[in-house]
Formats: sequence, C-alpha cells, structure tokens
Amino acid sequence: MNAADTANAAAIAAKRDKRRQFITPEGVDLELAIASSGLRFAALVVDLTLIVLLLLALTLLAVWVGTGTDGADVAFIIWLLGFFALRTFWFIGFELGQRAATPGKRLVGIRVVARDGGRLTADAVIARNLIRELEIFLPLTFLGAGAAEDLVGWGTSLAGAAWTLTLGFFLLFNRDRMRMGDLIAGTWVVQAGRAKLATDLAATSAPEAALRFTDAELGVYGVYELQELERVLRVREARQIAQVAAAIRTKIGRPDAESDEDFLEAYYRQLRARLERGLLFGKRRADKYAKE
Amino acid sequence: MSQAQVAPAFSASRFRSEREGDWLEFDRLLTRLEKGSAASLSTDELLRLPVLYRATLSSLSIARATSLDRALNDHLESLAMRGYFLLYGVREKRGARLARFFTHDWPAAVRAVWKETIVIAVILLLGVATSWSMTASDPEWFFQFVPEEMAGGRTPQASADYLQSTIGHGKAADGEEVQSGLSVFATYLFTHNSRVSIMSFALGFAFGVPTMILEYYQGLVLGAMMAVFAGKGLGVEFGGWLAIHGTTELFAAVLSGAAGLRIGVAMLFPGDADRLTALARAGRTAGKVMVGVIIMLLCAGLLEGFGRQLITDTAVRYAIGGTLLLGWLAYYYAPRRGMA
Repeated sequence: MNAADTANAAAIAAKRDKRRQFITPEGVDLELAIASSGLRFAALVVDLTLIVLLLLALTLLAVWVGTGTDGADVAFIIWLLGFFALRTFWFIGFELGQRAATPGKRLVGIRVVARDGGRLTADAVIARNLIRELEIFLPLTFLGAGAAEDLVGWGTSLAGAAWTLTLGFFLLFNRDRMRMGDLIAGTWVVQAGRAKLATDLAATSAPEAALRFTDAELGVYGVYELQELERVLRVREARQIAQVAAAIRTKIGRPDAESDEDFLEAYYRQLRARLERGLLFGKRRADKYAKE
Repeated sequence: MSQAQVAPAFSASRFRSEREGDWLEFDRLLTRLEKGSAASLSTDELLRLPVLYRATLSSLSIARATSLDRALNDHLESLAMRGYFLLYGVREKRGARLARFFTHDWPAAVRAVWKETIVIAVILLLGVATSWSMTASDPEWFFQFVPEEMAGGRTPQASADYLQSTIGHGKAADGEEVQSGLSVFATYLFTHNSRVSIMSFALGFAFGVPTMILEYYQGLVLGAMMAVFAGKGLGVEFGGWLAIHGTTELFAAVLSGAAGLRIGVAMLFPGDADRLTALARAGRTAGKVMVGVIIMLLCAGLLEGFGRQLITDTAVRYAIGGTLLLGWLAYYYAPRRGMA
C-alpha cells in the first residue's frame, strides 16, 4: 500500500471510530455518531452570538421605553441580570425541549443524548450546563476583571484566562468528545442531522444494453469505492465526474466511448447490483483491497 | 451467474418501493410532533406511530444487510433515531414529571447529600467564626476579607448612622439617587451570589477542594460584615436584615457546595461502580439538588429585592427568615410516606 492508501484506510477507521453502540429496546443498534469538536464549537458560537444579540435588543428596548433618567442603571441591570439569566437558562431550557438541542446545536445538526440509552433527564441537562460557568464564563470573567481594574496586569489576567480555559478544552482529550459537563451528567453529544430521502440512483430506467460491464471489470471495486462513486454522482460536479470517469476507465481498460455521466451511472448500477448480490450471499467486500 | 438476466426475487429497489410509503408517513408525523405537541395528532395517527417506528427499525436492519445505497441508509438511520428519541424520550406527562420532582425527587436528592451538607455547613461556620474574631480584634483585617465592590461603603470606618441606613433603618437616605444605586447594587449582589453557588458546584470537579475553599471564603466575608455591624451595636438589626433572605440564600449556598462535594467524592471514591458511572450517578443527584438551589436562590432574590425593602421591622424580619428556614428543613428532612 502506498501513502495515499494508508491515509485513506486511516480515514475510514477514524470514521468508524466515531460510531458508538446505542441499542434500542427493539434490539437495533442505532450506531450514533459522536459530534466533532468543530461542530460543538460552531454551535457554541452561534448560541453566544444569539444571546448577545438578544441582550442588545433588550437594552435598546429598555432605553426606548425608559424616560431616560436612569438609563445607564437600567442598561447595567439588564446586562448584569440578563446575561446571567440568559446564559444559565438558554442552554438548559432548549436542551430540555423535544429535540434536546439549543438553536446553535440544531443549526449544525447535533443533539444531547443520555449515554446509557435512557431518557435525557432534567437533572442531567442542568448538571451538564451549569458546568459551563466554569468552562467558559470563568475565563471571560478573568479577562473582564483584567480589563476593568488595574489590580492585576494584563499578563496575569491573560494567564488566568488561559489556565481556566484549559478546563474547556477537556473534550479534546477523550475519544467521546465529552465536556466536563457531559462527564458529570452522563451524556453525549451526537450528530442528529436530517438526511432527506434521496432518489435511488440505481432505479433510473435508462436503456443500457449498449453499456455492459463484464464480471472482471466490475470485480475491481468494493463497497467503499461504490459509495464514493454514489457521492460523486449525487453532487454532480463536472470536473469531479470527468476525473472519476477517467480513473475508472484507465483501471478497467475501457475506451472513452460514451459520455462520462452515462458511463458512471451504468457502472454504478451494475457494480451495486453485483455487490448487493454478494451481500445476499453473505459476502461483503469492504473495499478494493479486500479479497473477493 | 455472471450475466444473470432473471430478476431476483429480492432486490434493493423492490424493497424500497414496497416500504417507502411508511417512511414518508413516519417522517411527516415526526416533523409535526417535533414542531408542536402530541395533541395535534389524531388518535389514529398516534396509534400508527409505534407501528411505523417498528417498521422503520426493521427497514433499517434490512437495509443495512442488503442495500449499499448510502443515502437510503443515512435517511433510515436519522429517521430511526428521531423516532427513538421521540417515542422513548418522555415517558410521562410534563405535569406529572414536575409534580414528582417537587414531591419526591428534589427532597430525596437533598437528603441524599446530607453528609456533604453537614461538612459544608461546618466549613462555612468556621469561615464566619474566623473572620469575625479577627475583625473584632483588629478592624484592619476587614479589608483582607471583603472585596471593595461588595462592601459598598460598609466598612469599620463607616458611621453607625450610615450602617443603619444600609439595612433600611433610621432616616431614609436622600431620595431617588441612592435608591437607584441600591437597586444596581442589589442586582449585582444577586447575580454574584448565584454565580458563586453555581461555581462552588462546578468546582466540585477538582475533587471538591476548591468548593470547600469557596464556601470557607463566603463564610469569611459574612463574618467580617457581622463583626463590623456588631461592633457598632447593630448586631441584632443586621441579623434581621440578613435573616429575611439569608436563611434561604445561605442554605442554598451550602446545598450547592454539598452538590459539588458529592461529585468530588464520587471521583475519589467511586465505590462499586467504575469512575465514569459513579460520576454520572453523582452528577444526576447533584443536578437535582442544583435545580432546587436555583429555585431557592430565586426565592432569596425576590425576598431580597422586595421583602427587605417593604419590611423594616427587625422582629418581623427574623420571623420570616426563621419560618422559611423551618419550612425548608421540614420540606427536605421531615419523615414522610414512601421514604426509604
């Protein structure tokens, strides 16, 4: 195997590594996929942005309604109390809902689940979110205190923020991407994106008498390559299609006789039929390196 | 078998066309459920739901074994997952869940951390005793214990008149300006105290040591304040000013510390279970306690905001504070039916 193939195999292994067994009472494994740290961070940024926007709107409203005698006070109270209440109850409130996800989490398609497969209880949601105070808002306080007062130098407050922020990076150091809050609450954050029911690429009833591949020509690929081909066909990007078609033609030694798309669709259909027939006989060929 | 032209008895596309209708129907029902409540569904639709859920799970199993259509498998997986969490997610009505929390779960969780509660309460009292005795013997110590923004001018150097005005006695301080300043100060104190409580829970993660330090520190601040007022002969009045909301607030602070300590203890001594399970178990108990703490802090905040301004009689303040304390104690610890 060359370097590219090794990297490829590593990528497949990493993907499989993200899957966690999650067996329903009916005995089916849902194979939940752990959400990546990038998704988690994106969700957090969206949520914090929404909270700050909400507070800004609230302040503007208060200033607009208030007669202006103690506008500064009202604004101060809104930010003090509002930010505290919002940051505490925003996450808890939304995660207690039917979809167990804040708006940010919904946007990136992830949700909270109980690790043991049971229902997500209110105490778990509250426990996992109160820890945020330690992970995010304590470092922010350090920065704020450093900026507001001259008690400590910039270096000290930055060091304090960095030190407390390390708690927030806890999720990078375990395979299940658990925050400290997840650890305490017994929860996971998993991918819960919705997949539309797409059309079946193999079901297209195009005449393909002209394009018949021999068993030897179909025998060079496995499931992994088939599903990569499916992805290419669904995305339908001209350059990618041309590249893939050229690669397959070289591999099986076919002349460049028909249009790339027709060629790939026919090849996909017949390769899938062949591999699915194998499945029925209990043979699953993972990729092109696996023996027939 | 290379050129088998006979259509096979089973094919992935036939499988799909046979069952596609069920999936689409399930998807539609789930979407409606996620948007609104179960009430928007008719009886027939509700009865269809578990049937469709099982059909989807069975489709998923078949698809995994026979189909190589990635998009199809992904769709079925996400559909099955949504269905699972909706059907198994909530097993009782929201009202019943809420009622059970108040009648059973909350007091039971607080009872479960009784050892930690005693430890934290002793630590807090120790803090009060330390700073009181030190500040009483040398007022300069006050500034070591109480941060300036929390003191709000209530230092050992302040006059007895000023101190009296801060606890709502004597001549009313002049008008609007001070009043608005006070409301900002009260808001600041409320958010500060709530944050400290949440923090002392969250810090339980570090084996509970920072939790204990934080509670001790809270005791230090309190003791120093007490010493200042007691030194000016205002000890009883300050006690009343504190008691009206303080019994609830301090109790909540102690409980939050106890919840944090429980997590730290579970980490150090997981018992029969492995550390991860023990931690999750402790976390759930602590989580329930923390819901209670938040409710108690809200009560304390309301008392602090309104009760303390409206009620200025020291005896009544003591009466309210004492009644509340007894009420909380009875609610948590009084024996009742169904208690283990």
